[in-house]
Amino acid sequence: MKELIKKLTEAYGPSGYENDVMNMIKEEIKDYVDDLKIDKMGNLVALKQGKGNDRKKIMFAAHADEIGLMVTHIEKEGFLRFTNIGGINPYNLVGARIKLQSGQKGMVSHEHLDSMKDLKLEKMYMDIGSSSEEESKKIVSLGDIAVYDQKTQFIDGRIMGKAIDDRIGCAVLIETAKQVGEVDNDIFLVFTVQEEVGLRGGRTSAYSINPDLGIAVDVTRTGDTPGAKRMDVALGKGVAIKIKDSSLITSQKVKKLIIDTAERENIKYQLEVLERGGTDAGAINLAREGIPAGCLSLPCRYVHSYSEVVALEDVENTIKLAVKVAGNSQLFQE
Amino acid sequence: MELKDFITRISEATGVSGNEEEVGEIIQEAFRTLADDVYVDKLGNVIARKEGKKKSEAPPLMFAAHMDEIGFLVSKAEDGGFIRFEPLGGIDPRTLPGQEVVIKGREKIRGIIGAKPPHVQDAKEREQAIKMEKLFIDCGRSQEELNEIIQVGDFISFYQELTWLKENICAGKALDDRAGVAALSILLKELGNRSHDFDVIAVATVQEEVGLRGAITGSYHINPAVGIAIDVGFARRKGLEKERTLQSGAGPGISWGPHVHPQIFNKLKEIGERDEIPYQLEPVPFPSGTDTYAIQMSRCGVATGLISIPLAYMHTPVETINIKDIKRTGRLLASFCAEADEKFLEGLPCL
Amino acid sequence: MLIKILTEACGVSGREGEVRQLIRGEVEGYVDEVNGDYMGNLFAWKRKNGRPLVMLAAHMDEVGLMVMGIDNEGLLSFSPVGGIDPRVLVGKKVLVGKEKINGVIGSKPIHMQEKHKREKPFPSKELFIDIGAENQEQASREVNVGDYVAFDTATVPLKPGVLQGKAFDDRAGCAAIIEILKEDLPVGICGCFTVQEEVGSRGAGVAAFRVNPDIAFVLEGTTASDVPECVEHRYSTSMGKGPALTMADRSFLSNPRINKYVMDIAERENIPYQLRRTNVGGTDTGRIYQTKSGIPAAGFSLPCRYIHSPVSMLNIEDYNNMVKWMKAILYDIGKGGFPFERID
Repeated sequence: MKELIKKLTEAYGPSGYENDVMNMIKEEIKDYVDDLKIDKMGNLVALKQGKGNDRKKIMFAAHADEIGLMVTHIEKEGFLRFTNIGGINPYNLVGARIKLQSGQKGMVSHEHLDSMKDLKLEKMYMDIGSSSEEESKKIVSLGDIAVYDQKTQFIDGRIMGKAIDDRIGCAVLIETAKQVGEVDNDIFLVFTVQEEVGLRGGRTSAYSINPDLGIAVDVTRTGDTPGAKRMDVALGKGVAIKIKDSSLITSQKVKKLIIDTAERENIKYQLEVLERGGTDAGAINLAREGIPAGCLSLPCRYVHSYSEVVALEDVENTIKLAVKVAGNSQLFQE
Repeated sequence: MELKDFITRISEATGVSGNEEEVGEIIQEAFRTLADDVYVDKLGNVIARKEGKKKSEAPPLMFAAHMDEIGFLVSKAEDGGFIRFEPLGGIDPRTLPGQEVVIKGREKIRGIIGAKPPHVQDAKEREQAIKMEKLFIDCGRSQEELNEIIQVGDFISFYQELTWLKENICAGKALDDRAGVAALSILLKELGNRSHDFDVIAVATVQEEVGLRGAITGSYHINPAVGIAIDVGFARRKGLEKERTLQSGAGPGISWGPHVHPQIFNKLKEIGERDEIPYQLEPVPFPSGTDTYAIQMSRCGVATGLISIPLAYMHTPVETINIKDIKRTGRLLASFCAEADEKFLEGLPCL
Repeated sequence: MLIKILTEACGVSGREGEVRQLIRGEVEGYVDEVNGDYMGNLFAWKRKNGRPLVMLAAHMDEVGLMVMGIDNEGLLSFSPVGGIDPRVLVGKKVLVGKEKINGVIGSKPIHMQEKHKREKPFPSKELFIDIGAENQEQASREVNVGDYVAFDTATVPLKPGVLQGKAFDDRAGCAAIIEILKEDLPVGICGCFTVQEEVGSRGAGVAAFRVNPDIAFVLEGTTASDVPECVEHRYSTSMGKGPALTMADRSFLSNPRINKYVMDIAERENIPYQLRRTNVGGTDTGRIYQTKSGIPAAGFSLPCRYIHSPVSMLNIEDYNNMVKWMKAILYDIGKGGFPFERID
């Protein structure tokens, strides 16, 4: 699984350009599911057909996209100006290495500033080693999107790398497909697009599938680092069951269903109240007439930086819980 | 149930966004005596249907008021038995110190919102407003006791008994928008002795305070031709601009702006004039923030209206209303239902 | 001229009726059916059952003001409808309400202002509309609280090929769609003239839900920032360099496959175009492409200088190129040039 996580997180896949990631995922799960298709928005939808009589639809969603930098202007000297795709803190970009879809590498720096307080994206640029506008134009077009260029490392039970948000969720769903075995209900594993810019793939795929239950698998923040903002979620304390974020308040029923499953199966979990941020679960919840939805969150430090950190142990617990929820034939009887 | 009793019960019940079951039960019970069919939809909206005379397949008339209230969630139980919390909905932290709350853990327990005492603050600190993250809830219990009852994610509601300031004027929590729900009950009651062509559906929506969520899914589900929301508007008080406020006790505000269908607006005004039901105009240049906005944009679009009941001290536990405005709202809408015939509905698409 | 007629009409968000009727009058006779919905969106269907069905959308509404109160002296206080920089309002002519009462936006004269206050923009609250009424009673006879207010701006050429006027955003888009509908193209088209774009793109999603097209193109007006005091790397678009294809905005991410398809056509037909090089603002495109199961879409913008103000500027050549480009795309789609089955 480490290899899978490494491959997925290092891949190129900003919002709108998730193809490479989707192809990797397809290869991984094609032997374990009954149907695989890409929908109009670009979401990869895998179906594991249920064997039960009174089948319900459960939709799992993890987003395949990552944040990126869109090229908006090429300077005479070959430097690239850019804007953000998804939520990016400019301070996380200083000195960051980046890559374009073509494989072209580069780095980010900024104009001279009297104070770092003045740091804004418009004061920043990418340096791709080119020394003129003409040279740059051969390598890059306006509208191209760069992502962090970062190798993923495993240190002492921790995973550190870029785009763990939310390729780690993709890895969880892939493992779920592999481990769940025969199921009673129809299990849709959806690898969504454009989550980072507003839950868009989750919204349209939930409309198409119209499931009876939606579960997103995504990362969440933690409060376990020095001087962190208060939050009762920590690395290594298990899968975080979402109670609330800006996009979702989990209903009592869904909360109970997930917590009961974790308790019954002895899976280590914690409860998550997130001040800001949303996941595909919020979009699924509001599709059509309303769809019961929840979210299994992976506690993650330094979200949206080029070194996001999660605990391998939490990943394993999340997989266990996802497998048990997907495989539970009594889910809707309770 | 008498209106005053109903308002008292729903105001005092808990029903923070995402946790509306308790107030929802009371509303269901009341609506059952007034409507043909009452049920709860997937997100928790309470839906009451009163059948129209026409018994056609025509889309219904929808009336929505939200039953959720602002409140909090337990975000952390800290050493020493203190509880930290996260707001649900727009809350001014300056209104919080010294408020009473109820926490819905394994059992309901009461507590007080506390802050660092002014005596131990330095001069500079005392000039600052206290931030939400500096506040805590004290239940007078030890950490061990609390751990048995409370966990992260439990809902917290203001604790407040409704007070009658004058015969028709009451103050309490959650009147935004339980006042609207009370108006729905008047509407259904009035329709008991008035005939109307089309099905009327009254909805007590959930999760309005966190993003109109109940109205989004509820209107998709109901798929109405006409949708009118009943919410509260700012009552005129000291220091507030006249043109952005409504006068308490002078009748409901009939809202006007891009979120309102001109013919629904005209009809409501016309009825107000003719039946001598006092009303006020409420111009809103930029749509945001009430169920109307969500309903209007549902599916292929809905012809919408918005009624605002004047309410003072919004989003505090002493929200103040005049119940005459609630009764007037119910009557106004009942006449609207009685007069919304096929011809009126056919004229609504704009060409 | 069509653009002149459309831009001089009043249609502040929520009050698009006058524009709607003008457009209806223009397209009737050229299309199979015209209908409207509860919000005020107008649909003009051509080859109604033709597939693929292309949705062309432009919004009818413009930014403006709403009367909020009438004071004892008969002056009107107001609030903006849509995003208007209040600093552009002082000393402008306006039309108030359905009857289009003439008014001007007044303020305290410079002589009577304290010096330090001149450094700050006029707060909207200190501005008012004067319709020449002597008192509240007189003003109330002509104006109601809640009346919409539009800018009173004539559309005139500044020089051949450059127009000045209001509401090019997005009546120019409306005019382009009307022109396209008048031509016979081998593809099903629903021309959608939407409402309430300026107050949150509120009409377009509803329109897309009804039309449910195979693909949607949105024709917009956008900021041209090729003016002094802007640095080049922050230009959104430049006037006179052709219509702009939107890469991304706050509500929309373009589809690389559609981008390539439309850019190839522009190059083949020798139509100048540019890319819209910022991700700010939200438009109808964002609403449309997230409707239902997702609708493939692209956004095309006409670069206008001084957008969202009482007077903006448009290059006719940009407009003509937009129409030409769109027609070429529609013709190509009609011939089966667009790979719908491979839209991933």
